Amino acid sequence: MKSLLLGNAAVARGVWEAGAFVTSSYPGTPSTEITMNIAKYDEIYTEWAPNEKVAMEVAWGACIAGRRSFTGMKHVGLNVAADTLFTISYTGVNAGMVCAVADEPGMHSSQNEQDSRYYAKAAKVPMLEPADSAECLEFTKLAYELSEKYDTPVFIRMCTRVGHSQSVVELSDRVEPPLKEYVKNPQKYVMMPAFARARHPIVEKRISDMTEMAENTHLNRVEMSDNADMGIITSGTCYQYVKEVFGDTVSVLKLGLVHPLPVDLIKNFASKVKKLVVIEELDPVIEDHCKKLGLAVTGKDIFPICGELSPNIIAEKLNKPFNKGQKAIDAVPMRPPVMCAGCSHRGLFHVLGKIKAMVHGDIGCYTLGATPPLSAMDTTICMGGSISGLHGFVRAGGKNAVCVIGDSTFAHMGINGLIDIGYNRSDSTVIIADNSTTGMTGHQENPTTGVNIKGEPCGKMDIEMMCKACGIERVKIVDPNDLEETEKVIREEMATPGPSVIIAKRPCMLLKSSKPNPPLAVNKDKCTGCKMCMKIGCPSLSYKNGKVSVNSTLCVGCKVCMQLCKFDAFTEKGE
Amino acid sequence: MDTRNIVIVGVGGQGSLLACNLMGRALLIEGYDAKVSEVHGMSQRGGAVVTYVRYGDKVHSPIVDNGQAELLVSFELLEAARWFELLAPGGTVVTNTQQIDPIPVIIGAAEYPENLLGKFEEKGAKVDAIDALALAQEAGSTKTVNIVMMGRLSKYFPFKAETWQKALEETVPPKLLEMNKKAFELGVNA
Repeated sequence: MKSLLLGNAAVARGVWEAGAFVTSSYPGTPSTEITMNIAKYDEIYTEWAPNEKVAMEVAWGACIAGRRSFTGMKHVGLNVAADTLFTISYTGVNAGMVCAVADEPGMHSSQNEQDSRYYAKAAKVPMLEPADSAECLEFTKLAYELSEKYDTPVFIRMCTRVGHSQSVVELSDRVEPPLKEYVKNPQKYVMMPAFARARHPIVEKRISDMTEMAENTHLNRVEMSDNADMGIITSGTCYQYVKEVFGDTVSVLKLGLVHPLPVDLIKNFASKVKKLVVIEELDPVIEDHCKKLGLAVTGKDIFPICGELSPNIIAEKLNKPFNKGQKAIDAVPMRPPVMCAGCSHRGLFHVLGKIKAMVHGDIGCYTLGATPPLSAMDTTICMGGSISGLHGFVRAGGKNAVCVIGDSTFAHMGINGLIDIGYNRSDSTVIIADNSTTGMTGHQENPTTGVNIKGEPCGKMDIEMMCKACGIERVKIVDPNDLEETEKVIREEMATPGPSVIIAKRPCMLLKSSKPNPPLAVNKDKCTGCKMCMKIGCPSLSYKNGKVSVNSTLCVGCKVCMQLCKFDAFTEKGE
Repeated sequence: MDTRNIVIVGVGGQGSLLACNLMGRALLIEGYDAKVSEVHGMSQRGGAVVTYVRYGDKVHSPIVDNGQAELLVSFELLEAARWFELLAPGGTVVTNTQQIDPIPVIIGAAEYPENLLGKFEEKGAKVDAIDALALAQEAGSTKTVNIVMMGRLSKYFPFKAETWQKALEETVPPKLLEMNKKAFELGVNA
């Protein structure tokens, strides 16, 4: 049966068709839909883990128990799971284990542009890179076979354009691989020095065996053209761009296995073309490999390392004519993402801006607190980094500082920083913006919501008790939509020596359980046009001809603007 | 046939994912090779969103690059201007005339540009503009702007009417189906 599937959904389908039994992941754009789609299959136990390291260990434990398993994450999530990765490369697997990692050239929704292929290389784990949804499905199934054949976890490298585009796939039935009974084998699974030393040569042999496999596998494909002027080595989305621009007029070596890379296959291909070009997004991984083989190659000398490539960029750099398009007008006002109308983070960041706090921020919707007009965030690096960063800032004598972290991010990695603060007692004020969901990635459940990925009731981590257990005696809970109370509590806690946590608690307005209030209106007679309310950047407010007005289809009646108005111009409708 | 390039743009929250799925279903029912590229994550938070639709005998690139789009379909007027560069020479802008102020306009740091439809025509584009917000209200909900626009867009495809009906049935929740069918029709006939 043919179907049109998102690349991410096709990976999920591949996991299901391969007979996987356990999936554990943490959401992260552009990888989230893989696991959300796996959760739809009843045959697979699927969960959101608190972070990628936990998720990868769960998947590993499941494969050791003898069942095929899966974990999916975004590129930066792999940093979190890296400790696990490097050593499960040594232990290998029992049943197959596959890890999808989604890179994000262009940083549509990410904090950096790291290239995950380096992890495959560094951890000596094979990596497959599909170029469309059909390959997502096929490669995922094949990855399980390779995992079991070579006794290794296997990566599927995704990127935004492959994971987030729908294309046609052919669906098959699920296979049910028999249980591979767990057999006690500490030499393989207990990685203490004596055993690990014995495993390392096995890993080296494995990667060498797989390099041999790379020469002949159908994952790598040569498409020779009659025209031998130029040969292009490429993979993933870039392959599609190359075909788009050149069709069959150049020779192409399409690599589906991006680690380990073949040697003879590349040398043979190079010998048949006059000019060898490598087209890859992000870093020159394939290019460096070619150079190591002593081949003259064009690559990052003409193509950018930063950002995404595109058909036009490829055409331009390789001197093929193309339509440029033209602008309609010179300057189109930007439309950056904003906090939604009624967002529970808005009041909090207004207060932090008002008291001119130095704010260590974190990863989530609330990172938008850094943008105008709120402009109330000073740093953001990675998941959980706000709490530990604040502790260091305070220990170095930094003043007037707080940090803001969301509920899911707190459970992910924030707890570790809070343990440090509780243990080493800095005068840190940690604000946990608890909106009862993982908002930015599309409202996934998390350990603090009491609901699992399938929407069923489950265990619930109590944030307040967790903070106290970390050694924080002062834990306050405020409603961030109550500006006066929020400001009072933040000022108090910042002024009090010793560690403290403020839980700014209000569910995300987009949750089905959140019921909007009736929209507000503006009494034009009272509005003086002072624009005080415009300082919160609410998308439902606009200012024209000296007066503010409320967009009643967007306004959810959170009344944050109302609290800022000194002239009582806002009214609840019906009053 | 050659690959056709269509770009659907709008503001995060206007339902471009549903439109995307509707488009995909219709193309699959008609039996084409197709790629439909979506936007997830940060840009959905009220930001500018762009969806690429490509179909034909064999489709390679999942994205439509500048100067390649035969049709630029915009759920909001300013977004048509933002993505205008994607349009191929002589291409058509199919746009909602609704204006949604972006944050720089809301806070007074920029002005919403005037006479955009005229500017599009000056640059040689054909323009097909409708008030999709009013039509969506007529259908029963302002949230059906996306479907009104998809109805309008359907006029540019040689698909059977049943294809779109079936695609709607497969992508819209049953209790909202009648309203969305009406929205689609209003878009077609506007």
